[in-house]
Amino acid sequence: MKVKVLFFAGLREQLGTAAEEIELPAGVNTVGALRLHLRSRGEAYEKAFSEKALVRTAVNQDMVQPGARIKAGDEVAFFPPVTGG
Amino acid sequence: MKVSVQREDFDLSAEVKALAQKSQNVGAVASFVGVVREVAMTLEHYPQMTEASIRKIVEEAKSRWAVMDCTVIHRYGELQPSDQIVLVVVASAHRGDAFAACEFIMDYLKTRAPFWKKEHRAEGARWVEARAADDDAAERWAGKGR
Repeated sequence: MKVKVLFFAGLREQLGTAAEEIELPAGVNTVGALRLHLRSRGEAYEKAFSEKALVRTAVNQDMVQPGARIKAGDEVAFFPPVTGG
Repeated sequence: MKVSVQREDFDLSAEVKALAQKSQNVGAVASFVGVVREVAMTLEHYPQMTEASIRKIVEEAKSRWAVMDCTVIHRYGELQPSDQIVLVVVASAHRGDAFAACEFIMDYLKTRAPFWKKEHRAEGARWVEARAADDDAAERWAGKGR
């Protein structure tokens, strides 16, 4: 299945991309599994999504935990902890 | 409820006046203005999500306190020291609800609304790191309200 992946702020700069359509292998159907999958895309991704990295996730514009399910067509956004206000 | 995510500056007194005059039952209007300290910055946000996330926070405040109306304005883009960043105005019948809801909305904004600050210092630009103190400030509201 295909999902749209977005990156913001420091993460966007680290990865050099803001948005991408990604075809997911079978079995990648949670946020946690997607994070693991992204780590296989090269050194920058490996680092950005390491266990130590503080990354937050929103699925279809709602903040979620790593166990959240994802389905075809979802918009999955990854970003550092927010610093507005 | 008025929620706006905008580049432009805002006028505190105009926003307070607008809420105060909404209803003759309004007896208290509490407001908070966040201001850029010391360093110029760029504020990035997640346009499709930002306004909806702020509306959710305001709804949460309304479920906890007797809030009659509320205005939240958050700026993005390039900001200079002393520029206004964020405005929260809460109208209520009495000050207790207005103060509490205003503080609650700010604490939740800090940890839940998708904004990121990049500071432009002499030695270079850097992304501001989230503070644990902001998480603690949001956590303390667990279970509080009327």
